[in-house]
Amino acid sequence: MIEISNLHKSYKMGANSLHVLKGINFSVAEGELLSIMGSSGSGKSTLLNILGMLDEADEGSYVLDGVPIKNLSEKQAAKYRNKFLGFIFQSFNLIGYKSALDNVALPLYYQGLARGERMDRAMSYLEKVGLADWAGHLPNELSGGQKQRVAIARALASDPKVLLADEPTGALDTKTSYEVMDLIQEINDEGRTILVVTHEHDIAQMTKRIVNLKDGVIIEDTVVSQVRALENV
Amino acid sequence: MFSRDRWSEIIEALTSNWFRTVLTAFGVLWGIFILVILLAAGKGLENGVKQGFSGIATNTMFMWTQVASKPYKGMPKGRRYNFEIEDVRAIKEQVPGLRFVSPRNQLGGFGGANNVVRGLNTGAFNVYGDYPEIIQQEPMDITSGRFINYSDINEKRKVAIIGEGVKTALYDIGEDPLGTYIKINGVNFMVIGTYKKKSQGGDAEEAQKQIYVPFTSFSQAFNKGNEVGWMAITAKDGNSITNLKGDIIDIVKTRHTIHPEDDRAVGNFDLYQEFSKVNGLFVALKAVAYFVGVLVLLSGIIGISNIMLIVVKERTNEIGVRRALGATPWSIRGQILMESIFLTIISGMAGIILATGVIWLVNLQLSGMDTSEMMFLNPSVNLGVVMIALSILIISGLLAGLIPAQQAIKVKPVDALRTE
Repeated sequence: MIEISNLHKSYKMGANSLHVLKGINFSVAEGELLSIMGSSGSGKSTLLNILGMLDEADEGSYVLDGVPIKNLSEKQAAKYRNKFLGFIFQSFNLIGYKSALDNVALPLYYQGLARGERMDRAMSYLEKVGLADWAGHLPNELSGGQKQRVAIARALASDPKVLLADEPTGALDTKTSYEVMDLIQEINDEGRTILVVTHEHDIAQMTKRIVNLKDGVIIEDTVVSQVRALENV
Repeated sequence: MFSRDRWSEIIEALTSNWFRTVLTAFGVLWGIFILVILLAAGKGLENGVKQGFSGIATNTMFMWTQVASKPYKGMPKGRRYNFEIEDVRAIKEQVPGLRFVSPRNQLGGFGGANNVVRGLNTGAFNVYGDYPEIIQQEPMDITSGRFINYSDINEKRKVAIIGEGVKTALYDIGEDPLGTYIKINGVNFMVIGTYKKKSQGGDAEEAQKQIYVPFTSFSQAFNKGNEVGWMAITAKDGNSITNLKGDIIDIVKTRHTIHPEDDRAVGNFDLYQEFSKVNGLFVALKAVAYFVGVLVLLSGIIGISNIMLIVVKERTNEIGVRRALGATPWSIRGQILMESIFLTIISGMAGIILATGVIWLVNLQLSGMDTSEMMFLNPSVNLGVVMIALSILIISGLLAGLIPAQQAIKVKPVDALRTE
C-alpha cells in the first residue's frame, strides 16, 4: 500500500538547516495497523505530513497504492488527499460552525457528491461511530471523545485507502483514549490500513506493528501482538 | 460555483460573527448611500434648473440687425439696414436642417409710452407681429381662446392674443376679453385669446404684458412694408444651431451687402450655447458626485478587504483542514471571493435601498410644496445609475477579496493545520 525509500527532509531555520528525516525506508501492506513512535523531534510528525501529502520530501520516493507521489500540483495533491487519505488530528480540527453531520460530509462535498447522497453517507458513518443522535450538534457541544469520533467518521467518509492519525488520543483521557483506539481497531478489522503516530506506549501496543523513530532514522521495526483496547476500558 | 452548498457555506461563514459582519457591511453601505444621494441631489438640481427651460426649444438662436461696422462695396460704415421678409425665405431655402424661422416685428419696448387703449384704460405693452410657430419657440399657455394661425396670417386679420397682465390692466375683474376690441397705436384689433407664460425670475411680470398679432397684419397696420425686425431660428433635433449659425449669418450678410468679416452688423443670441453651458455644469456636477461617492465607497471596500484578511487569518486552521480533506486552491479562493462579493453586494443593496428611501421621503416633502420657484425638483436616480453602482460593487467586491483569497492559499496546508 505504501512504499517509501530513502526519504530525506530538512527544514531551513534561518542560516542553518535542520535535517529531520535522514533516509527513511519502510513499506506498509494493505490492512496493517501500524504505529509510528518516537520522542518529540524524532521526525514522526514530519513523516506523517509527507505521507499525507501535506508536505513534500526533498529526496527519496513515495508510492501510494501504486501511484508515485512526486511534484504534485496543489490541485492534484488536493485530489489525491481526498481520494486516498483520511486524516485524524490530535486537536480534532472540526469546523466549529458546522454541525457534526456537515463536518463528516465535508470530504464528500469536495468529491462533488450531490447533497442528498452526501448527507446519507455522512449519516451512515456517524451511525458507525455511534453518534447518530448527535448529528445536528456543533463540535463545541460534544465531548473530546465524541469530537474525535466525528473526526474519525469524517476521515472515513471519503472511503480512503489509508487513515493517518496524528496523536489521535493526545488530547483525551485514558478511558476515552481506549474507546477511540477500540474504534480504530474495529475499522482496521474491516481491512482498512491505518497509521497512528503516537508517543504513548500503551496506545502503540494496541497496533499490530511499531516503527520506532529516533533522530530521523528508523531504529526499530517490530511486529507486536495486538492488545485489544476494549479489554482495558 | 453557485450551488446551494456554496451559498450555505457563505451564509454560515458570514453569520458566525454577526457584529463584525454588520460593521464591515456598514462601510460599503455608507459609500453607496453617499454615491446615490449625491447623484440624486445633482439630478434634482438639474431638474429644477431645467424646469426653467421647459418647453423652450433650446436649439434656438435669435437674430436682429445692428449697425454695419465696416465699409464694404462702396457702402459706408455706420449704415443701418433691416432684415426683409425675403431673407426668411432665403434662409429657409439655403440652410438645411432648420425647423422654424420665425420673423417678428415689434412695437413698444421697455419703458415705452402708452400704446394700447381700450375704452378709458390705457397701457404700455410690447406688441409683437408673429408667425404661429413662435408658440413652439417661446412657450405659453393659452388660457382662453386660441393663438394665431395661418388663416390669420394669410388674410391679415386684425386679431390679438393678450397676456394675463394686459387683461388685468385693460379689463374689469371677471370680464371676458374674447371678442372685444383693443386699439393698438390707433388701429383696432379683436382679442381672440389670452395667454399666460411660465417664465420665472425678473421678467415674470413683464412676460405677461405682451400682445401677439399676426405678422402680416402687423406689417400692414403699422407700415412695416417687408421689414423684419427680429428672427427666432430653431434647428431640427440632431442639428446644433450653433453649427448652423455661421451659414445663416453669412446669407444675411450677402443679401445686405455687409463685409463678410463684420462681426457686429448682425446681432444674435445663441440659446443653445447657453443651454450647453448649463448642461456642462451638470456633467461636471455628476463627475464630482461619482468622484466623491466612489472614494467613500473605496474606503468601505478597503474595510471589507481588511476584515477578509483577518477572517482568513482566523480561519487559517479551518482552511488547512479543508485542504487536508481535499479542497483545491481554487475552491478556497472561490469561497473567499464569493464571501467578499456577497458581503459587498448585500451591503450595497442595503445602501441603495436606504438612499432610495431617503429620496422618496424628500420627494414626499417636495410634492407638498410649490416647486416652480425652487431650483430643486424631483431628485431621482434612474435604473442605469443603480446598475452602474451595482457593477461598481461587484468589481470592488472582487477586488476586496482578491488579496485575502491569495493570502488564504499562500499558507501551506501543513502550516495551516499547526495553527491553533
